[in-house]
Amino acid sequence: MDFMNTFRLALRALARNKMRSALTMLGIVIGVGAVIAVVSIGQGAQYIVQQGIQAMGTNAVFIAAGSNRAGGVRQGYGGVKTLTVDDMNAILAEIPLIKQAAPALTSRQQVVYGDQNWNTAITGTTPNYFDIRTWPVQAGSVFSNEEVDLAANVCVIGTTVARILFGTDDPIGKTMRIGNLPFRVDGVLESKGQNVNGQDQDDVIFAPYTTVQRKISGITWLQFIAASAVSQEASVAAVAPITSLLRERHRIRAGSDDDFMIRTQADIADLQNQTQSTMTMLLGGIASVSLVVGGIGIMNIMLVSVTERTREIGVRMAVGATEKDVRMQFLVEAVTLSMMGGAIGIILGLIGSMLIANLLQWPTLISGKAVVAAVIFSTLVGVIFGYYPAHKAAQLDPIEALRYE
Amino acid sequence: MMNMAEQILPAAEMERTGGKGEPVIRLENVYKTYDLGEIQVQALRGVSLEVMAGEFVAVMGPSGSGKSTVMNILGCLDRPTKGRYFLDGVDVSGMSKDELARIRNKKLGFVFQQFNLLSRTSALENVELPTVYAGIKPEERTRRAMESLRRVGLADRAGHHPSQLSGGQQQRVAIARGLVNQPAILLADEPTGNLDSRTSIEIMEILQTLNEEQGLTIVLVTHEPDIAQFTKRNLEFRDGKLKRDRLVEERLNAREVLKAMPTAEEEAAEDAGAAGGAGTGAG
Ligand SMILES: Nc1ncnc2c1ncn2[C@@H]1O[C@H](COP(=O)(O)OP(=O)(O)OP(=O)(O)O)[C@@H](O)[C@H]1O
Ligand SMILES: [Mg+2]
Repeated sequence: MDFMNTFRLALRALARNKMRSALTMLGIVIGVGAVIAVVSIGQGAQYIVQQGIQAMGTNAVFIAAGSNRAGGVRQGYGGVKTLTVDDMNAILAEIPLIKQAAPALTSRQQVVYGDQNWNTAITGTTPNYFDIRTWPVQAGSVFSNEEVDLAANVCVIGTTVARILFGTDDPIGKTMRIGNLPFRVDGVLESKGQNVNGQDQDDVIFAPYTTVQRKISGITWLQFIAASAVSQEASVAAVAPITSLLRERHRIRAGSDDDFMIRTQADIADLQNQTQSTMTMLLGGIASVSLVVGGIGIMNIMLVSVTERTREIGVRMAVGATEKDVRMQFLVEAVTLSMMGGAIGIILGLIGSMLIANLLQWPTLISGKAVVAAVIFSTLVGVIFGYYPAHKAAQLDPIEALRYE
Repeated sequence: MMNMAEQILPAAEMERTGGKGEPVIRLENVYKTYDLGEIQVQALRGVSLEVMAGEFVAVMGPSGSGKSTVMNILGCLDRPTKGRYFLDGVDVSGMSKDELARIRNKKLGFVFQQFNLLSRTSALENVELPTVYAGIKPEERTRRAMESLRRVGLADRAGHHPSQLSGGQQQRVAIARGLVNQPAILLADEPTGNLDSRTSIEIMEILQTLNEEQGLTIVLVTHEPDIAQFTKRNLEFRDGKLKRDRLVEERLNAREVLKAMPTAEEEAAEDAGAAGGAGTGAG
């Protein structure tokens, strides 16, 4: 029997019990629909994250004080006092892969302007920092290298700080208090929005690192160095020379742990990929559970159908249907059922993710791969769970099937 | 109606075949044993018979005598436990299930007591069914199915579903289905078992026409001696054995019998007349 005929036969058999067919498909519809919707949401989030990573500069290399594992305990920046501006200068001087670097240390402080109060992080750095992070000012200017040398009381603020402290006032040239010291506001940075972890990147104040070291934190070391390599490949290639240079400068004996950590944009991308593959596995798990449940529904209905149609099977066999013909007929019916469920699920999933995008303002990105996977998996479910009932039908004895009441 | 002379086998053989030609069916010492675990049922115990092309045979015998069993074997729906079955000169007793399916499709037509039409499927599609499995192209399938329906006088009912047809019409559709692949033999297990006497004779008329005008070989099972009287040869089974094989004398002609019978309308008109109604015959 030719395929088109078998397919038409399947459609007709399914149309005969519309309600039953619809309910049987429901499992697959829900499974596929949910997966499509969740994947589009996940892809949307992923897209935002990637945008964020791009925004950080793909050539960036971060060197943070502290060790990944010092005696089994993770130590924060505060614990290690070995990373200095001299280290930074040595890196710039000795490692040509690195073209720019900026020191950084951070301190949380109470900040005041007029009767407005706020608690935020003050980061001490150099004007380079804003280049490395590709972060220009939207108004005013960044403090100068001379001001860094002088440890001047000047700062650049993020839009969140500007809004909270200054409201509708223009902050440029105004004096605000950081801790107990007056600081002149030189510029307001462009808004960066939230970072990958959902933190507000505009709730920041930057000042010369010298000022922060001497007048606010009272320390001589740094918490991290933000550097930028000549290219993305160079950022990865620079990790090893930086490591050996810093180990040498910090006199770390062979076998001991580093007292610093180096992260490149590539590492962050790796981390991101890991998170994504975990996410994918999770989604895959949900998808397979729902598809298996849908498949069991199909198997159940197909078994009922085979029993109900025993006589029909007997007649078909009597007039010349081979085992293969009968098996094919029921298999195609099961696959039609599961593929129709898959198709409806895809449509509902797409509509659902569009609704989410519009109503909840969540970014969604419709994934072609997920749609293809949904088609493949729903077909597979039909084949796998349709096989047993179809095989059972094919194995019927024609005489007994004809005699079946 | 029942007075017929009995003849012994060899003479019957000579008369039927004129002593020439290959038989369409040849059973050689066929046994069929159903193994039910504790007991074994011997449904057939050494049956040998031959049917030549163009014969019209009625298989008779009491219930449980093995009629359906032998029909299932003749129909390649079942295989003998022992013995051989030659269909059209080919030994089919050792064939695989798929090979048997192909034989059933190409060489055999079936008619059942229960009609066994597919419900909610038009008469035409029911008749087409064997051609579908024969791998024939759609247009040719429809052409053959229509032709087949015409042969049983139901061309005008092609689009009707079984539930829209009378029992006799359903059985005619089943016969049309049995004919559609131009089989060597038409096998019918109690084809009139579910029909009233008039409709039964109508079915016999169709079978007689097919046998006489087109030379179709027919083997049918029946309990009713007057139905057997429309055929050319009667085989009587008892306890799984062929007990008698005789030619039918004074064969009845279904068309003539029908002519002599009042039609349903006439009966209805008579009833109406007897009841003193004003009706003067419908339609
Ligand atoms: N599938 C089976 N399993 C076990 N025994 C069977 C089976 N089919 C038939 N038999 C037995 O074989 C014998 C012959 O049965 P068969 O159906 O051929 O009789 P029959 O002549 O067609 O009877 P009827 O006129 O009632 O249809 C019976 O004793 C029956 O019980
Ligand atoms: Mg029987």
